[in-house]
Amino acid sequence: MRLIKRHLDDDGSGSVTLCPEEPEDMWHAYNLIRPRDLLTASAIRRVTTESSSTGSTASQRVHTNLTVRVKSVDFDPQAGQLHVSGQISRENRYTKIGQFHTLDLELQRNFTLEKQVEGSDGGEGWDSVARAQLEEAIDPARGTEAVAVVMQEGLANICFITQHMTVLRQRIDVSVPRKRTGAGRSTDHDKGLEKFFATVLDTLMRQLEGLMEGKDSSTNFPILLASPGFTASGFLKYINDTAASKGSKLLQDMAKRKAFVVVHSSSGHLHSLNEVLNSPEVLARLKDTKYARETALMDGFFAMLRKDDGRAWYGPKEVETAVEKGAVGRGGGVLLISHSLFRSQDIATRRRWVRLVDRVREVEGGEVRVLSSDHESGKRLEGLGGIAAILTFPIEEMDFDGEESDHPDNGSEAS
Amino acid sequence: MSNRRVKSLAIDEDDYDDFEDYDDDDDEDLSPEDKEQLRQGTIKVREALGSAFPSTDKEIHESLWHYYYDVGKTVTYLKSTASNTEAFIHLLTQSGQHKSPGTPAKTKKEEPTSKLSTSYCPTALPRTYQTDRGGHDGLQATISHKNADGDQEFTSSTIPSIQFSAAEFFKDCPWLRIPENRKAEILIEPLYPRLGLLGGASTGGKMSKLAALAAKRRQKEGERSESTATSSAESQDGYTARLNKLRISVDNRAKPVAGREADTPRKTGVGVRPDSEVTEQLNEQHRSEPSSDVGTVVSSDLSISVEPCIRGRPSPFASIMTSHDADIRLSASPDLLALGEIAKSFDFTEPSPDDVVRGAQNPKAATPAKAKAKEPAKAKSTGLAQGVQQLSVQETPKVKSKNIDVLAEYKKVKRKKAANFVVIGHVDAGKSTLMGRLLFDLKAVDERTMDKYRKEAERIGKGSFAFAWVLDQGTEERERGVTIDIATNKFETDKTNFTILDAPGHRDFVPNMIAGASQADFAVLVIDASTGNFESGLKGQTKEHALLVRSIGVQRIIVAVNKMDAVDWSQGRFEEISQQMSAFLTSAGFQSKNVTFVPCSGLEGGNILEKPSNPKASWYAGPTLVEELDQSEPSTYALDKPLRMTINDVFRGSMQNPLSVSGRIEAGNVQVGEHVVVMPSGERAQIRSLEVDDEPQDWAVAGQNVVINLTDIDPIHLKTGDVLCSGVSPILNVREFKAKVLAFDHITPMNIEVHKGRLHVPGRIGQLIGLLDKSTGTILKKKPKIVQPGSVVRVVVQLDQPVPLEAPSRVILRANGETVAAGLLE
Repeated sequence: MRLIKRHLDDDGSGSVTLCPEEPEDMWHAYNLIRPRDLLTASAIRRVTTESSSTGSTASQRVHTNLTVRVKSVDFDPQAGQLHVSGQISRENRYTKIGQFHTLDLELQRNFTLEKQVEGSDGGEGWDSVARAQLEEAIDPARGTEAVAVVMQEGLANICFITQHMTVLRQRIDVSVPRKRTGAGRSTDHDKGLEKFFATVLDTLMRQLEGLMEGKDSSTNFPILLASPGFTASGFLKYINDTAASKGSKLLQDMAKRKAFVVVHSSSGHLHSLNEVLNSPEVLARLKDTKYARETALMDGFFAMLRKDDGRAWYGPKEVETAVEKGAVGRGGGVLLISHSLFRSQDIATRRRWVRLVDRVREVEGGEVRVLSSDHESGKRLEGLGGIAAILTFPIEEMDFDGEESDHPDNGSEAS
Repeated sequence: MSNRRVKSLAIDEDDYDDFEDYDDDDDEDLSPEDKEQLRQGTIKVREALGSAFPSTDKEIHESLWHYYYDVGKTVTYLKSTASNTEAFIHLLTQSGQHKSPGTPAKTKKEEPTSKLSTSYCPTALPRTYQTDRGGHDGLQATISHKNADGDQEFTSSTIPSIQFSAAEFFKDCPWLRIPENRKAEILIEPLYPRLGLLGGASTGGKMSKLAALAAKRRQKEGERSESTATSSAESQDGYTARLNKLRISVDNRAKPVAGREADTPRKTGVGVRPDSEVTEQLNEQHRSEPSSDVGTVVSSDLSISVEPCIRGRPSPFASIMTSHDADIRLSASPDLLALGEIAKSFDFTEPSPDDVVRGAQNPKAATPAKAKAKEPAKAKSTGLAQGVQQLSVQETPKVKSKNIDVLAEYKKVKRKKAANFVVIGHVDAGKSTLMGRLLFDLKAVDERTMDKYRKEAERIGKGSFAFAWVLDQGTEERERGVTIDIATNKFETDKTNFTILDAPGHRDFVPNMIAGASQADFAVLVIDASTGNFESGLKGQTKEHALLVRSIGVQRIIVAVNKMDAVDWSQGRFEEISQQMSAFLTSAGFQSKNVTFVPCSGLEGGNILEKPSNPKASWYAGPTLVEELDQSEPSTYALDKPLRMTINDVFRGSMQNPLSVSGRIEAGNVQVGEHVVVMPSGERAQIRSLEVDDEPQDWAVAGQNVVINLTDIDPIHLKTGDVLCSGVSPILNVREFKAKVLAFDHITPMNIEVHKGRLHVPGRIGQLIGLLDKSTGTILKKKPKIVQPGSVVRVVVQLDQPVPLEAPSRVILRANGETVAAGLLE
């Protein structure tokens, strides 16, 4: 996302003008735009005018800039679209204050986001988390970093891995006959597998063409083929054969560049992506990317948890208590928190997490990692309630009977 | 009338085509030249015969046409027709040999006639005929049908209106003394008089082509039955059965004709069909009979025709014609449903009317036919009723359920024990090779196939894999020398029918192994005895597999300590392994009485079927592997529960069965014609046919391995892992379930895959409800943060997509390629 203009006051109020350039930027916008913010963007609105004399009406579509006070944000990760609905807060020629409008943010079209500091229960303006997210959003290193095909016989998930999210583009489910005893029956299976490969390759090429649109052909990203057993290597063989015999230019180009990497995974389900991103082949190619770091972080946390020495805790109440006790501090304390917690519609809830983050970072001196909820690692964290912590010293028992409300709320909100 | 149309549907397109061919014979389509020739021929024949000769113009025309205007032959023919029965036979030969130009169907029939002429003379009459009234009847009738057919040919379009009571007509026939309920079958009223086919006239009239052919075919049937059947009483049965078949066929074929206002030439076409083809089609039609009601009627009708009666005997041919007419008449009945009900209400376990009659006729030949629908092979020989019953099922567009009481049927039959066992173990322990060897030793694989495998295996430098290739049929499996998917093979010992489920050992294919194990009654754990390999296996899949089969519910395990040849059949090694394994298996939850150890060698073949030949193995005195397998106790299944079957495979069975699924029925029973629901799609399908262990059957029960051919469903809705269930109480799709699981690994809220048989779906453990006490099941600790391996915990599992699961079923939870927990759905 390109930063066009930034005007932030010390107290946290202020506005920024941004220009989204890639679908992923919409995800950033999704994280930045909160209810009660003021969003100005170009809009197309149907305006109905009533002639005062005769009472007849005429309607027309007008292009105009509208400012709305955000009520809700709707993000479609697959299409990369963001719909922001709210009430118009600044009057112009066509609209009145208080009318409702849903703004569709578009690529290459600037929008201005203004956050205001309000009373005690109002918005916090540009708090630390929001500022960090803004920094992240305008970081120029980005784009799709890898395409992964997680597959097994009869099932394939094609997804794009970007810095901040994993988007499942397509799921392919084909019935492949099993091997059966009897002469010639194994050909059924071979044929079925061939058909499956053909379907996956077609779909993959379609997705890649969409991805390559508007990019120069030198864009280089690996395509990870992951599967248990030999499916992925069989698929790679099929790709190479097809590329040699009748492949499109794009396919031949990729085959030549050896863009395909075969990785082992334990299943063809999407959450095996985890293993894929952890595999040495991928790490060698993609180290220092955000998701690789996040995955490593989560693995570290789970390793701690297994030891069960009281230094790894998860769950909102538990982590808060740990922070309270000063356990997430200097010398190894890490707070892992998912983006989704900050997306809460409820301002108080968001403030609760922002305060926690601020406290760990500034008061305790611990490390804070905000994990993208749309990566596999983030999903794992969400399974734990969206928040976890590695403590500097063990805390043994924490009993929270009756505390139940927190994670379902937050979990359901995550897209 | 609608009834008739429905029935006609079942007749193959081919049949119509056939009729088209025979239309060439149509007398009515004579060209002017033909007519002229005919006229001149008639004049010449008249001259030759003299005016006193009693033959009509029509007859002359007919015979002229028959001999293609050969006046000489026609004259001989007419003379001989007029004289006596021998002459008729003579004529038969002639008519057979005569070649009619232009119609290919006719040229084909030349062959059999020479045989006919030798066998079909009164002196050479088959002995069976003379003893059998029906047969005798047939003979006379054949002679008489000249007249009958003459009439038939020219009058069939006019429908006779003579009415009479069937009961009166047959009142002195013995078979009328059948119970009231069965009498309902006989709905046909006036049969013979309608067409004037009675009387058995032996003089006058002449022989039509149709008649000649019918006679010829009949004779051929007789001839064949004589040649095939010995002098035993069965031959009579066979004859009648064949006759019956014949009749059905004509009956069936006549239907479309009836549908288009029956006309003679078409019927003639029926007769002209070459014999072999007819038989073929017979069988075909036998199968494709559209519904049982027609069949039943035909069978009852048969009994009528076989019977002698006061008004002179109808020829079999006549009865063919009449039964066809009867059928038309029947189809005129407005209420199709009622008819179906009548047919259904008939209890097929009782002897059919047909059998009763035959029994009365010939006590010797009477064999009480039991309608065993599940033994189609037998049914063929035991009579028409069964055959008909079968017909109604196989090929109809809508499969009719026979409403079999499967449980009762199941209890009735005493069968051999059947057992499925899964072969498990670490990768390269020699599972497939051991099983290949077993199959080879038991002659389930023949020497030739084995030689082929050996050669092929050696060619790619994997000679030792030859036995494994018996089970590893996939191209990729052979290339890589690894079993990938479950291989299913069958073999039988004296006591039991076994089904082998050869599981892959590679860790990536544990899901396939789970699928196999969920179908197994017991397990054979194969262990590599060679140094180092046992130890690595114990850490690997030996352990995982053993735990898995136990948690799937397998109680009994046979540990085959394989590759004993590699350790010189060392007793010490065997005992060491036995000790370690029994300690481990006991801890895994196997009772020690259910664990047995057998040393063996898959590659050498020692101690599999026979005792090891190696002298070093003399210390071992226990049972061989096969003997040990035979010890298995049959498992019991919930037969009366609603149907549940996890689909193992979806494939195209054959041309006839484009959509087949296979699997093992887990609960309940199923029968042909039943409607089932496929979950999770919720689509309904009908069972077109089913096979149990590659044998077509009408029903199957839990515990059996079946292939079910489905109809009325789009293949899109079927995936491996889906569940077939009864429409009455279908299994429900769930997105979340509670389960009590035993942790094999640390459990936290985490992403997992849920496995149940072939079904596997991604999901996550959402919540750890509480740590349970292993023995009492009481909650020790609520909401544990993490669960240590070996403890029992109640968890909530959320699934990414709704799947059919219900309590109490056993599920396996896996994550990152490892089994983390297994347990019971609550």
